[in-house]
Amino acid sequence: MPTPVISVSHLAKSYGSTVAVDDVSLEVQEGEIFGLIGPNGAGKTTTMECVEGLRKADRGTISVLGLDPRRDATALQKRIGVQHQEAHLQKRIKVWEAIDLWSSLYPRVVDTEALLAQLGLEAKRDAWFMTLSGGQKQRLFIALALIHDPEVVFLDELTTGLDPQARRAIWELIIKIRDRGKTVFMTTHLMEEAERLCDRVAIIERGKLIEMGTPAELVERHCPELRVVFSSEGNRVAELFADVPSVRSVCSEGSTQTLRGEGEDFVTDVIHVIARENIRVKGFRTEMPTLEDVFLKLTGHAIRD
Amino acid sequence: MLNGLWKLTWIETKVFVREPMGVIMSLALPVIIYVFLGRTLGSDSPTATSVEAPPFNVAILAALVIAIGGVSSLVTVITIYREGGILKRLRATPLSPVTILSAHVLVKLLFTLLSLGALVVAGRQFFPGAMDVNLVSFAAALLLGTVSILSLGFVIASIVPTARFAQPISAAVLYPMIALSGLFFPIEALPSALRIVAYTLPTTHAVSLMQGVWDGSGWAAHWVNVVALILVFMACTGASTKVFRWE
Repeated sequence: MPTPVISVSHLAKSYGSTVAVDDVSLEVQEGEIFGLIGPNGAGKTTTMECVEGLRKADRGTISVLGLDPRRDATALQKRIGVQHQEAHLQKRIKVWEAIDLWSSLYPRVVDTEALLAQLGLEAKRDAWFMTLSGGQKQRLFIALALIHDPEVVFLDELTTGLDPQARRAIWELIIKIRDRGKTVFMTTHLMEEAERLCDRVAIIERGKLIEMGTPAELVERHCPELRVVFSSEGNRVAELFADVPSVRSVCSEGSTQTLRGEGEDFVTDVIHVIARENIRVKGFRTEMPTLEDVFLKLTGHAIRD
Repeated sequence: MLNGLWKLTWIETKVFVREPMGVIMSLALPVIIYVFLGRTLGSDSPTATSVEAPPFNVAILAALVIAIGGVSSLVTVITIYREGGILKRLRATPLSPVTILSAHVLVKLLFTLLSLGALVVAGRQFFPGAMDVNLVSFAAALLLGTVSILSLGFVIASIVPTARFAQPISAAVLYPMIALSGLFFPIEALPSALRIVAYTLPTTHAVSLMQGVWDGSGWAAHWVNVVALILVFMACTGASTKVFRWE
């Protein structure tokens, strides 16, 4: 096992009597996109800001690139890039001025013109921050987080409040960051986002880390059940699937047949029976469980409560 | 430690100028007060020693308004930046906390000087001979006073809950300080409790120092005021490092 880029053990942080983070331990490996997922107020941002060194933990130890984020803050700042949740800049600062200021602060910076072009901001060089759209603002913050070619990038609720199109554009950018060998530590309360982007996720709720793994692993572990839904007029469909081992149950409502089952062979088995028995099928779909289902199962409520 | 200070100060200056209302207010208000009060209260010259002369030095009042206006503007900017997460974002860069805040102080001092310039031009225009004072010395006294009151501004900014309260709270704290500054009536005439308050306020010492420069008694005669302004600066800066909130 290589040395993790980020290592957090037994992190705890309270604000007055409110416990924000309670005994969180996790490790992030080099070159992966690691997502901290959970509802708003679960402790994601507090955890991330302790790791960034912006907040002092009450208990626990944190190491980022082998450094202590509080003690070695100056050294660490040069090697990490951050983007904050709902961040702003000066309303009337121009895009190029922000880029210029940030560039002047680091000993080594990337080609900022290329960075702006890559993020689709070159036409906005002279625009005031306040005139940028939500997606443009977030892309500018990504630019500022990447300007010094950091080894680890922290992204907190990056796409919150963006329309689906802007969100997808940002997702592509994040995947590109990872593909250039960077480590990405992100938070999100959007399960679709986590599923699309993250190599590994940790589910955090009420300050506690309740599960961790790749999205596929978590689905496999907690919601292994698949569903096949198809329409067929036949009234003895249920009987035809009765002795297929991978099929757990068949539910017929009018012409809609819902089959539940588990295992790698389930969908193939169902198709095989349909073909063998020559069942006339109108519409056929497979429903795969998602992280959203895992979250619901683990916490007993939907994430958007 | 000064990494980025000049660049940030220059950006903050441009950002401030791009909102013309703030600039116009900071430059025009002291001039309006100076010219209007000078005209209404005095004869032709607000500092003439004739019987019609105003009961206080209108130029010093205007200078004090420059300082107070700058501090009030500082409190507003800081609270807006805090509320918007701008301070937090800047803090997550290699900029030192001192640099981030010093940039704002420098912008305010720059506009203090520009406002003083506008005051001098207006004075020469409307009251010939009125601004017959060592301007370098007067500007230095005003800057020292402003720095001292600005340090108090950071303490005020720490207690202001949201940007919406920045203007009313700083006005409520700062404007009574003008009344107690000794400009309108001698501090010795105040009840003893208020007198102690007056002597702890930086405005009192700023006024006394500026009056000293004005009447020619000079810095040496007002070393107590200079020391007091420096002490207030040190105390408020020290307090700010404890109570200042970045978010």
